[in-house]
Amino acid sequence: MSSQKIYSPDRRQWLRTMLLIRCFEDKVQQLFMQGLVPGTTHLCQGQEAVAVGAISAITSADYLTITYRGHGQALARGIDPEAAFAEIMGRETGVCKGRGGSMHLTDFSRGLIGSFAIVGAGLPVALGAAMSAKLHGATSVALTFFGDGATNIGTFHEALNMASVWKAPVVFICENNLYGEYSPIRTTTPVDDLAIRATAYAMPGVTVDGTDADAVYAATRTAVERARAGEGPTLLECKTYRYSGHSRTDPAKYRKPGELESWKARDPIKRLGEALATEGIMSVADQEAMRQEVQDLINAAAERAAAAPWPKREEIDRYVYAE
Amino acid sequence: MSTQSEREGATQGGVAEEMTYRQAIRAALADEMRADSRVILLGEDIAAAGGSFKTTEGLLDEFGPERVIDTPISENGFVGAALGMAVTGMRPVVEIMFADFLLSASDAIVNEVAKFRFMSGGQTVVPLTIRAIGGATGRFGTQHSATGESWFLQTPGLRVVAASSPSAAYELLRAAIRLNDPVIFLEHKGMYTQKGLVDRAGSLPQVGRAGIVRHGSDVTIAATLLMVPRALRAAEVLAAEGIDAEVIDLRWITPLDSETVGKSVSRTDRLVVVEEQVHHGGWGATLISLLAQQGLPRNTRPCAVSVPDVPLAFSPVLEDAAVPEAERIATMIRTLIHEQGR
Repeated sequence: MSSQKIYSPDRRQWLRTMLLIRCFEDKVQQLFMQGLVPGTTHLCQGQEAVAVGAISAITSADYLTITYRGHGQALARGIDPEAAFAEIMGRETGVCKGRGGSMHLTDFSRGLIGSFAIVGAGLPVALGAAMSAKLHGATSVALTFFGDGATNIGTFHEALNMASVWKAPVVFICENNLYGEYSPIRTTTPVDDLAIRATAYAMPGVTVDGTDADAVYAATRTAVERARAGEGPTLLECKTYRYSGHSRTDPAKYRKPGELESWKARDPIKRLGEALATEGIMSVADQEAMRQEVQDLINAAAERAAAAPWPKREEIDRYVYAE
Repeated sequence: MSTQSEREGATQGGVAEEMTYRQAIRAALADEMRADSRVILLGEDIAAAGGSFKTTEGLLDEFGPERVIDTPISENGFVGAALGMAVTGMRPVVEIMFADFLLSASDAIVNEVAKFRFMSGGQTVVPLTIRAIGGATGRFGTQHSATGESWFLQTPGLRVVAASSPSAAYELLRAAIRLNDPVIFLEHKGMYTQKGLVDRAGSLPQVGRAGIVRHGSDVTIAATLLMVPRALRAAEVLAAEGIDAEVIDLRWITPLDSETVGKSVSRTDRLVVVEEQVHHGGWGATLISLLAQQGLPRNTRPCAVSVPDVPLAFSPVLEDAAVPEAERIATMIRTLIHEQGR
């Protein structure tokens, strides 16, 4: 393993990052209602354990690609919440200087090399980054996150096939939240466990409970170790659930009665918090203090971002070509 | 013209060798791979098989399987993978076996590659070259014969360049690989055996600069790829009739060098674009639009010799009827000169 390991197996930190993501997403929703977020948003409340569990298993030298529902992974990777808010609000101080927006949070300084609004587009790019590392003789791996819907698009199959043939150090992480946009998975996909698709590409396919950060961490670690050892890719499916609709205009009326409530009963933050309290690692009172600290941090970051300057109109043609 | 003197200047760099268009492409790849270990090749059948058109023959032996990588038939996937390599320290050169297959990779090219730097707010550059082998005359039928030269005119963030001779192929491919922007590099499969002088020690051409390949005073012909030698042939025929044509090889389709063409037209008062593609929405129409906006001489009526609005056919008779030939170009110019007077 690399000595540059900055992502902690400290579960108290996991809890803090999951709280950070939850508060961030709730804040985005609030800012949206206030008219401060242009366009649309794809929120990830309920899916925090996948981002935090998986990203806790890699090092700062590793790469990742994420999707338009990627705020959670970006925060788990350490993106500055103020720069993320500013980006989502289209400001010059945003992490992509307002050129990307909610769906494209990208931070090369953290190995977060792309966030894609085209379903499936991030998989080949992560594969390429993994191959770069391999060709350079580095031990870096790449994680690529995508949803269940992406397993029905060509790039999923093309990327898994190439990664297996080339024994690329990449881990494919499917967040199976049971709905491809508005459609329940069984209306678009003939299998329930998407990990089975790994079989066709001669790589391990693993399904874990995506509301359990410990399970996601353990499975990702195994996959990352395998990748680093030159043994090739893994497809890791994390069963999870998004509490919001697909995007801002979706009231999620397609859900079965009681479904949301049953998933909320297994809320990933609640689960980890209870485990930490039961195991005597962190008291409920300390968790509450942590929640308050994170909420204050998010409020302050959002407030500063909302006061940040817009890009200059005359700079419309910057960054199109290399300067 | 400055462009001409630059080209002449370039050939003063060393001893020019005669080589084919195919050899020039292979030489450019090999020379860039020798100069920079970050340059790697990806594509279908490019390693042991040496490429469907043998443009990478021998490179596997010299550079090994880590730098000359065979891909599955997955254009969208491997162009996306090449993007991932390009933003993490490599300088990949992808071969698209037939330019028609650029469309299989069009999501990666248009939505990812072209916009990657922009949507990251300038956090990265994308030094990626996509070589696409295009063009008719090979009797490959309608799905293997497109030049694809204008498909990406509506995609800011890309450069598109087209090689019309061995020296242009060598120089432009090296320039493309060295650019920090993504470049679609177009080769014409009907030109691989064409011979010409190539100076491997010359300076590299400037981005967006067209080349005047024949000076003349009566009419300006703007062309790309195979249409350049055909325009030159038409110019020879016309010269025997006392008509003196200037032929401009545009070289860069993005950005289009309307300045060089405009200066030429201001001397000749006549413009004919010759294109191996349908006219609508292509670079020819765009060039005429740009020139019209810049201000054309009062009596200039720009004309186009193009592929008619049909898919290319397999039958040699029909394929030849579609693709502009020297005689069609000459006929258009005679008509133009007759109509306007000398």
